[in-house]
Amino acid sequence: MKTGKASIKFEKPPCIIGAASVVGKKEGDGPLGACFDQVEEDDKFGMDSWEMAESECQKRTFLAAVQDAQLADGRKPDFLFAGDLLNQLSASSFGLLDFQIPLLGLYGACSTMGEAMGMAAAFVAGGMADTAAAIASSHFAGAQKQFRFPLEYGNQRPYAATWTVTGSGSVIIASHPSVARCSEKLRPYAYITGVTIGKIVDYGVKDSTNMGAVMAPAAADTILQHLQDMGRRAQDYDKIITGDLGTVGQTILIDLLSKNGVDISGNHMDCGIEIYDAQSQDTHAGGSGCGCSAAVLCGHVLKKLLVGQWEKVLFVPTGALFSPVSFNEGQNIPGIAHAVVLEAAQ
Amino acid sequence: MDYVIAFLTGGAICGVCQIFLDKTKWMPGRIMTGLVVLGAVLGALGIYEPFAEWAGSGATVPLLGFGNLLFKGVKDGMSEKGFLGIFTGGFTAGAAGICAALVFSYLASLIFKPKMR
Repeated sequence: MKTGKASIKFEKPPCIIGAASVVGKKEGDGPLGACFDQVEEDDKFGMDSWEMAESECQKRTFLAAVQDAQLADGRKPDFLFAGDLLNQLSASSFGLLDFQIPLLGLYGACSTMGEAMGMAAAFVAGGMADTAAAIASSHFAGAQKQFRFPLEYGNQRPYAATWTVTGSGSVIIASHPSVARCSEKLRPYAYITGVTIGKIVDYGVKDSTNMGAVMAPAAADTILQHLQDMGRRAQDYDKIITGDLGTVGQTILIDLLSKNGVDISGNHMDCGIEIYDAQSQDTHAGGSGCGCSAAVLCGHVLKKLLVGQWEKVLFVPTGALFSPVSFNEGQNIPGIAHAVVLEAAQ
Repeated sequence: MDYVIAFLTGGAICGVCQIFLDKTKWMPGRIMTGLVVLGAVLGALGIYEPFAEWAGSGATVPLLGFGNLLFKGVKDGMSEKGFLGIFTGGFTAGAAGICAALVFSYLASLIFKPKMR
């Protein structure tokens, strides 16, 4: 049901019955390394190119999520909502090709996981599917080639730059905890009780190496809209989890919100800051990419909700909406952020 | 002594570029093309040639030297072939450097596999 300007409240909230995360070696070495389901030591995932590696990563993540959901009689999710950062979503197309499941490819830059989860949840809550999967991935080397320079070029990274996460996260969303599953007694990770769809926010930033500054205004816009639409306060959430703002973007976000009378300094968490140890891993401002928020959600956040350590969180992945062409032609880099409300099962 | 001078001048040019990388929002490509253009301008003003004679490889190896070389090539091309030399001179003078870059990149791509950093 539409609530306020840009939000949806689900009368029958769908739930997350399966989740999986697969990451690369650097992410496995980071502070959250032990949380991820699989850590692949080979940066190429046993494939010939970075792009194929990302597809392989996505494929493994999806398989692990389906297994985690324990669907009955080899059932697969009814629909797939997937996205990545490569041209024409090629990582998703090739990674999910073998499964022969109806696919809707989505591009929300690094906000893709929020977009995919919102769409999948709406499909399921609206009675159009029993189950649907949301998947997002990114690969450091592929993203460098796509958006900046190929690694072989060997350019230097400024300090405001973030490090694209090599990894992927996938969730299986169902209309009911026991639908399509082999046991009636399985608990869901969490319920998706609402979403707020973000709008494009352009603050006139032109620096493609400072994504935090691009995305923080979009995150602020979506969070404010969400609180207004839902009639909630920031304190109603145990955590407000942004995708990949990094240290630079976090400061801007907290600042922007406090100017609007909202204080999230106590309960804000950024997946990009959590996933690496900036000091020892030389990642500068933090992690980024679709895989960053997706893997941290599936590996870390959902597990906290499952054990009841957190009861209610707002997951707000953030994306920068530019292409190498628009950037080279001198256009601004606008941002977008989508918010998903996740509540622990009672 | 030649080595010391070459090392210090070449290093100074790179040091200035590093300051531009750190303190401005210029992308690396812009700084590189800027160096080539500046080298050509300094060559045209007659400043770069005496500098290169003094600093040796410290002045000819960085991109400033490539800009100077392009200008020299165009000048020589014009005196030999006239108008057509404007178009042929630069690449004739830069042929060794450009071709070496292509050949060695190709060889490197055959031998090495790309890695993450």
